[in-house]
Amino acid sequence: MSEAIRIFVPIDAAALSVGADAVAQAIAREAQARSVAVEIVRNGSRGLLWLEPMVEVETLEGRIAYGPVAARDAAALFEAGFHKGDVHALRLGPVDELDWLKRQQRLTFERVGVTDPLSLADYRAHDGLKGLERALSLTGAEIVEEVRESGLRGRGGAGFPTGIKWKTVHDASATQKYIVCNADEGDSGTFADRMLMEGDPFLLIEGMTIAAIAVGATRGYIYLRSEYPHAHKALQRAILKARNAGLLGASVLGSGKAFELEVRLGAGAYICGEETSLLESLEGKRAIVRAKPPIPALQGLFGKPTIVNNVLSFAAVPWILTHGAKAYADYGMGRSRGTLPVQLGGNVKRGGLIELAFGISLREIIEDMGGGTLSGRPIRAVQVGGPLGAYLTAQQLDTPMDYEALAGIKAMLGHGGIVVFDDSVDMAKQARFAFEFCAKESCGKCTPCRIGATRGVELVDKIIAGHERPKNLAVLRDLNKLMTDASLCAMGGLTPMPVMSALNHFFEDFDRPPAERLPLAAE
Amino acid sequence: MVHYPAWDQDEARSIVSGLSHLEGATLPILHALQEEFGYVDPQVVPLIAEVLNLSRADVHGTISFYHDFRTAPPPRRIVKLCRAEACQALGCDTVVEELAREHGIVVDDHGSQEAVVETVYCLGNCALGPSALIEGELIGRANADRIAALCGARQ
Repeated sequence: MSEAIRIFVPIDAAALSVGADAVAQAIAREAQARSVAVEIVRNGSRGLLWLEPMVEVETLEGRIAYGPVAARDAAALFEAGFHKGDVHALRLGPVDELDWLKRQQRLTFERVGVTDPLSLADYRAHDGLKGLERALSLTGAEIVEEVRESGLRGRGGAGFPTGIKWKTVHDASATQKYIVCNADEGDSGTFADRMLMEGDPFLLIEGMTIAAIAVGATRGYIYLRSEYPHAHKALQRAILKARNAGLLGASVLGSGKAFELEVRLGAGAYICGEETSLLESLEGKRAIVRAKPPIPALQGLFGKPTIVNNVLSFAAVPWILTHGAKAYADYGMGRSRGTLPVQLGGNVKRGGLIELAFGISLREIIEDMGGGTLSGRPIRAVQVGGPLGAYLTAQQLDTPMDYEALAGIKAMLGHGGIVVFDDSVDMAKQARFAFEFCAKESCGKCTPCRIGATRGVELVDKIIAGHERPKNLAVLRDLNKLMTDASLCAMGGLTPMPVMSALNHFFEDFDRPPAERLPLAAE
Repeated sequence: MVHYPAWDQDEARSIVSGLSHLEGATLPILHALQEEFGYVDPQVVPLIAEVLNLSRADVHGTISFYHDFRTAPPPRRIVKLCRAEACQALGCDTVVEELAREHGIVVDDHGSQEAVVETVYCLGNCALGPSALIEGELIGRANADRIAALCGARQ
């Protein structure tokens, strides 16, 4: 009997959400019924989410993709000889030849979808741990310098230079330092962190370990949002395996340097994505933001020097250490170096994960790769950078994906999420929602955010209802300016961004004939 | 369907002391209690306060701050429905309306319902929305009929 055929069925939450488990079971059942020896590998997702569950079969000509596969397709697929890579209506061809993947520049996501996420052997076979091994041959200062030279900026949204943050922690003297990963990916339209944690969790562990070695930290926490149960499972299993293999623990890869890593679950509070409230939460308190200074790099978790970085920031580091700072910096434009995993979602035909060097235009992403709206109606608005990001018009889509270029049109890149809306969207309603969301999720520490957001909901309601419109529009603009200038953190400070962009670009939605009755909040 | 045992203060005590050695132990303790009993009974507050050397106000403040923690036994079934922007773009508001109109399910109504549909903001499935999460299972391209069926699936 010949060797088992390797068949890949993603275990990524998005793939599971459209039936990947049932597909894996059906394939196993059919294979057994036909006495075909198969080994089913549960890989991460390649990010072609509209084709999930996308099944891949390993053949002599490489891996052949089929998708989207439903459990009921399994019998017909075997009939057609898909386990040999043969033709079937769902056959997409060799994975590496898929246009969506061929156009990308995958550095951080190079292994996601390719490997078995929980096999350390597979990780090593695909260049895993090379970055950490190199880091262990350098001094802490040399590692920090390498990260600084790469031009890597925090991928969580604020875009602060990672190397400078690391240097501050490196130079601080303390009995204890911490590494904290902000895995509270709460922004609507973003899922890259989740895909990475589920599809290549050892990469995050490796990146955090390099950070620990660089600055002399011995403890680390991954603060994960509770809405991600699949990522939680993947991380816990990966950490256990890493510890058993000596990658974590008292002596990282036999170096004599200790690093202990633990996952901590959030409890459904969006504000925990803000680094200081995340630290409060890790300490067991209400997640109220802290005033800065002092910065967390000097007084972070339990008052100790702490690196707080996003999942993708840590995950970029092993590649940088493996290939060198310059190789990374050669990607990108202006002061945005390297690659950005873009997440395309909302009302779009082909949504998913696209990793590319900074600089591609929104239009190329949404129209060329995304294929326009799912509904087939014209695009009216695109929100970039999460719920606190601006709404752009179809005319603004030639803007490149770059921190400064987006700031130039009063928008922001954030964590690289793009949400597409068709022409059925009501932008006054979206502006109202931005305030409503802020009111619900505000930590309450500062007045502009706590009170301002509630007032904002009332104002938009009055404007929609046609109640003293010019006056209330003036108050709304004033409130937005106040929240921008006087809020303690980005939650209150950026809520005006979606509101003002909706107001400035889609004013007609605020200027309709009054509704018959005043909505509740305005009464 | 998850069945939880009735609150047991002795069992709660052993959960609290078993995790009290952790740095910043409050959230892990609260999660562990809720996983065991389905909710965090307010009678555990003085216990946590004592073991972690916190004020009762600190512990109460933490429990009440976070959306996840419940202080009363949960309904038999909880469906979390995403109502953030990406799912809005795919009509999650229509799902909410249809649930009420066609199935008599009012989202976020915790009245006497056996099954409750709760709002969450983003499940990280933004390209396959509207999305819902039920007992750890993520559902993509959800619609009102499917969610209503999940609510009524209890035998």
